[in-house]
Amino acid sequence: MGFMQLLLILLVICAAATALSDNLLVSVIIYMSFSLLMSIVWIFMESPDLAITEAAVGAGITGLLMILALKKIHAIDARNELKKKKDKNGEDETHE
Amino acid sequence: MSDDSRSVLKQLLDRLTQEPLDRHMSEQETAEAGQDFYTYNAEEQRRYEAEHSEEQRVEGLLRRWNRSGGEKQARGLYKLLCTLIMLVFLAVMLYTVSFLPGFGSAEHPINNDVSRRYIEQGLQETGAVNIVTGMILDYRAFDTLGESTVLFTAAIVVLLLLRRDEESEKWSPLAAEAVRAPHSDNFYEPQHDSILQGSARILVPVILLFGVYIVLNGHLSPGGGFSGGAIMGAGLTLWAIAFGFDDIRRFFTYKTYQRVVLLSLLTYALSKCYSFYTGANHIESIIPLGTPGAILSSGLILVLNICVGFIVTCTMYCFYAMFRKGEL
Repeated sequence: MGFMQLLLILLVICAAATALSDNLLVSVIIYMSFSLLMSIVWIFMESPDLAITEAAVGAGITGLLMILALKKIHAIDARNELKKKKDKNGEDETHE
Repeated sequence: MSDDSRSVLKQLLDRLTQEPLDRHMSEQETAEAGQDFYTYNAEEQRRYEAEHSEEQRVEGLLRRWNRSGGEKQARGLYKLLCTLIMLVFLAVMLYTVSFLPGFGSAEHPINNDVSRRYIEQGLQETGAVNIVTGMILDYRAFDTLGESTVLFTAAIVVLLLLRRDEESEKWSPLAAEAVRAPHSDNFYEPQHDSILQGSARILVPVILLFGVYIVLNGHLSPGGGFSGGAIMGAGLTLWAIAFGFDDIRRFFTYKTYQRVVLLSLLTYALSKCYSFYTGANHIESIIPLGTPGAILSSGLILVLNICVGFIVTCTMYCFYAMFRKGEL
């Protein structure tokens, strides 16, 4: 199995993990790593132009803007995480 | 609307137009107006009651269904349907892919006259060693102008949505407070992170130089205006994250943004107008193509690359600044 096959398998894993992860921030970070892998794949497919653009836009700017949007809508917030954990524990107690 | 309610509305309108608008209604007046406004006639009352009893009936049904484990069944059905639909889509997609020609095979439909022309005559016709830039900025320059305009439009929309409204901050203490309040999203961020600042000091000059190199060398090596601009925008953004906006605001304000982007778009459009005009009328263009491989070669492509680079850099940084604090 060559390096290219390894990259492609990792791409599929990253794509699935982006869709399946519960935390939005984790999704964005996995998506950025997907873009990084994709830029290496573009180099192997002999299109360095696309590789540069993918690395700058996909792994850099898009991820950054998505994280900023998540902050704007207060989806990344330490207090929210705490609250979620508390709610979960409270629910468990009531069920028991 | 019945005649009754129409006359009520007319009375209300008359009263509103006669009185100065900023006078507050007394409580009694408000109650009277409300009463006038919300009086139902008999038919409306009947319809309202019928609707209400219907709502209660449906609610009772839903509650009973919920108690008998209906919700769990529905969730299970939802998951089952999701899996089924996804599997069907997967099968259809894989079946379609099996008909595509193999990667890089000779009988691929993209191996037609157009791409042969690009490969064989691209260097003579555009003067660009990097054939991709030759295609993007010469053969298909109209597409790239559209892309730049789309980016510019996106920036305008972001400005409209996220720009801080300084007028409202003047008269509303609440709006002014919201910028600095603990619930604003950058209140708890570390302000002087030494790891971030140290790495930014080393990385940002290299990133900016690399971006300039990619823009200027777009017709010779991989890259071009868009990718170089994105890299430079990312470099500026990294500096802004590490050190705040003050350094960048010394040379890049909202006015600079407007002027640079508008000038770049106009230069792009004018130079492309010139080459479309000469090309369509079979006039020899006065812009020399130069020797392939030299930095000052390939006619207008260098100018267009620089224009696109400016637009993309400014827009990327503008996006970051708008999302972060609502002003440049």
